[in-house]
Amino acid sequence: MTFSADLGLAYPELILAVGALVLLVAGAFAPKAERLVGWGGVLVLAAAAFQAATGPFGRGFSGGLISDDASAFAQVAIFASSAISIPLGQRWFERRGVHNFEFPVLVVLAALGMGMMASAGDLISLYVGVELHSLALYVLAAIHRDNAKASEAGLKYFVLGALSSGLLLYGASLVYGFAGSTLFSDIAVAVKHGANTGVLFGLVFLICGLAFKVSAAPFHMWTPDVYEGAPTPVVGFFAAAPKLAAMVLFARLLGQGFAGAVPQWQQVLVVLGLISVGVGAFAGLAQKNLKRLWAYSSIANVGYAIIGLSAGTAEGVQSMLIFMVLYMIDVTGFFACLAALKRQGRDMETFDDMAGLFKEQPGIALAMTAFSLSALGLPPFSGFWAKFFVFKAALNAGLPIAAALGLIGSVVAAFYYLRLIKVMWFDAATGRTDTPPIEARVIAIGLALFSFPVVLGALIWIEPAARRAAQAFGLA
Amino acid sequence: MPILSLITYAPLVGVAGILALRLFGKADDPKAAEASRWIALVTTLATLALSVLLVVQFDPNQTGFQFLEEAPWFAGLSYRMGVDGISVLFVLLTAFLMPICIVASWKSIEKRVLEYMICFLVLETLVIGVFCALDIVLFYIFFEFGLVPMFLIIGIWGGQRRVYAAFKFFLYTLLGSVLMLAAILAMIGISHTSSIPELMHYHFDPAVQTWLWLAFFASFAVKMPMWPVHTWLPDAHVEAPTAGSVILAGILLKLGGYGFMRFSIPMFPAASHLFTPLIFALSVIAIVYTSLVAFRQVDIKKLIAYSSVAHMGFVTMGIFSGNAVGEQGALFQMLSHGLISGALFLCVGVVYDRMHTREIAFYGGLVQRMPWYAATFMLFTMGNVGLPGTSGFVGEILTMTGTYGVSTWTAIVAASGVIFSAVYALTLYRRVVFGTIVNPKLAAIADLDWREVAIFAPLIVGTLVLGLQPGLVMNLTQASVDHMVSAYQAAIGG
Repeated sequence: MTFSADLGLAYPELILAVGALVLLVAGAFAPKAERLVGWGGVLVLAAAAFQAATGPFGRGFSGGLISDDASAFAQVAIFASSAISIPLGQRWFERRGVHNFEFPVLVVLAALGMGMMASAGDLISLYVGVELHSLALYVLAAIHRDNAKASEAGLKYFVLGALSSGLLLYGASLVYGFAGSTLFSDIAVAVKHGANTGVLFGLVFLICGLAFKVSAAPFHMWTPDVYEGAPTPVVGFFAAAPKLAAMVLFARLLGQGFAGAVPQWQQVLVVLGLISVGVGAFAGLAQKNLKRLWAYSSIANVGYAIIGLSAGTAEGVQSMLIFMVLYMIDVTGFFACLAALKRQGRDMETFDDMAGLFKEQPGIALAMTAFSLSALGLPPFSGFWAKFFVFKAALNAGLPIAAALGLIGSVVAAFYYLRLIKVMWFDAATGRTDTPPIEARVIAIGLALFSFPVVLGALIWIEPAARRAAQAFGLA
Repeated sequence: MPILSLITYAPLVGVAGILALRLFGKADDPKAAEASRWIALVTTLATLALSVLLVVQFDPNQTGFQFLEEAPWFAGLSYRMGVDGISVLFVLLTAFLMPICIVASWKSIEKRVLEYMICFLVLETLVIGVFCALDIVLFYIFFEFGLVPMFLIIGIWGGQRRVYAAFKFFLYTLLGSVLMLAAILAMIGISHTSSIPELMHYHFDPAVQTWLWLAFFASFAVKMPMWPVHTWLPDAHVEAPTAGSVILAGILLKLGGYGFMRFSIPMFPAASHLFTPLIFALSVIAIVYTSLVAFRQVDIKKLIAYSSVAHMGFVTMGIFSGNAVGEQGALFQMLSHGLISGALFLCVGVVYDRMHTREIAFYGGLVQRMPWYAATFMLFTMGNVGLPGTSGFVGEILTMTGTYGVSTWTAIVAASGVIFSAVYALTLYRRVVFGTIVNPKLAAIADLDWREVAIFAPLIVGTLVLGLQPGLVMNLTQASVDHMVSAYQAAIGG
């Protein structure tokens, strides 16, 4: 393929890169126009999503970049989720007296990194994508720079993230050394009949590095602290899209690079998934802060996605994709609710703060109830369908024990979701809440409506789209 | 006309109306509360009218499902509704009890009336949906989501320990049903269909059946509830408001029995046959043990709750007897228990509304001040004991007759439960109603008012009509039950 034809495959990424730079310059020269920069960011993301959905498919840059149904599916979801977080976050900062145009630019840059992760075809672009999005996220976590907790969160995120990057690189070099190539397709040829010890060693390191990024236990330590410290809308952003991007990368690496070694990585993933579900369920029981709670909830949920992936089949990848997309909607919605709420000028972040919320803010409380029930996995909310596909895939792949343990984990986790509902519905209010801002309310309630009932119709499209995307990963 | 969807979603029209009142009005507006009561009543009555229409149009001679509705969904699932002789009965029972619950809550619920009515209407939709669903995933959705309104009803409008009871109710039931979900997913994976009628004809491998059966058992045994997983029920009943108890005892407990009849027996006949001794053992333990436990209770509601567990023992016994007599008896017992235990909880509600206590020792001599109440309570106590002429008798005698041929000892031990039930029920009645009034607080207690008479009248009529004319129900269920039993017997080679 010629260079110019290759370029066409990278249009979504190019749009984002150029867009981010233009917005950066615009913001630097017109600092007052931060809102305009924000909308510009939304526009750039929308254009990239459109390009990703329609653009030419194929492999380019000697196989380093793959544009296919899978990358299109993931990129549309990632860019949409990023676009939602821009107005949500910008207004949130404005109301707290923080005026910055960097926020939308950083979101676009993170989206660029995530877009690369979704379309990575070799270990190099894998690493570049991961680093690009991580660096943007470290800064985003600390963007509330006068806040000590946010700075702490940013630093913690950075240090542990750097460690995980090291693991990734080490694993990548081992794989390269033993398989002789960084291209996923070449690695696949090398491990056609099972991986040798050296490659396997490298693969385990790669899995550990990615597990860091998706915050799967036992690599989850950073998650609760970072979630608690970082600004609420930022958490809503990086609890959603980056997880999907990393999971897609996970699937890409394992499916296109290591399809011949399914039994070997399957056991690692099953254990990783179950530990995550267990840690997320049990450690969540002790939390008082809702952001920490949702950190543990996200650990458990990533565990489910990994269980889906561990099936090692196209159905498993499909279930993981559906799971992550539906989970993104829940988590974005939940943090939009949190970002919307204030009681007498103070952010509401703990269980106690939510007392009597239903009486005070029925709309937001209903939305939060929907997200909690959805995260609990109760039908007919989107979270149920997410688990439905994951466990169906796991059972069909002959992993009944993993499915049963995962389901029991969801019953344990049910306790804390119910506790949130109990606090909002049963308890008496402890003071008046402030009127929630309109954009957070619209996003929260809109996403809650998606969680139920829209999802029942939306799955008619999402399910086949995810199936097509899953077939691109090369697993049977 | 898609009458089943119409019945299922009719209560949601009322929900929309009340929601509009809530969102566009002030919180705690007494006018809105009054309006919401009327909206709920009219909606539930309309649903009742529709379900009566359904039963009238229902052809009792057909063995298959009727009023079928079908629309494809995603991932091979579809929106499938239909009723047979078994489920049409429960649709009617649900629609019948709901208006009674609304009227029963008319005065006793004073705070957050709108939310309360919404919870009940949503619950009605979900329960009717459970009985009409013919897609196993659709069934699961209705089945599982029913936990939420009940959780709220217990948790918001319940008594002292309502939070504990609500959590216990939810988590217990959830644990059972996630295992069922695993089994449902496995069944879809094996058979490549989620349609209940098709699954009924699919022959699962006996080894697989055992696992699937156990997973479904985990869910239905909790829901039923069977001994030893019944402990959530007394708590839930004691803490729930009166109408909540009525729904719980009258309808939600029937989901377990319905599930056994709809899934366990037709889909896993070999496993059902294999586990019949287990079910029989648990049933007689439930009948005898919980009857004795009921006898020692000091709280009226708790006593009735335990008696429910005992009566459900007859149901499980009848279902797994595997013959038409036992199955009919189990169905009849469920229907009759729905009326009688519902009525008994309403009887407790009557005195609780006046005195705000359910302690047996507090009462005594009510007959002096409340003759009408005493007569009503007497009738339902007799129904609970299983006196011939009431509907309670028919169910118990049929389940025991059906079981006798299969396992004589089970039937004999179960028969002792009839005596035990007389012991606790009559003792309760004597201590609450007979004698002279000792407690001075009871001196001015008032008899039933018109609203309460209106609640009890349909239940009294129902109990007596079913007791004297059981054929009305039997004709409806006969064909479906015979069909199910012959398939079951053929499958186990009996």
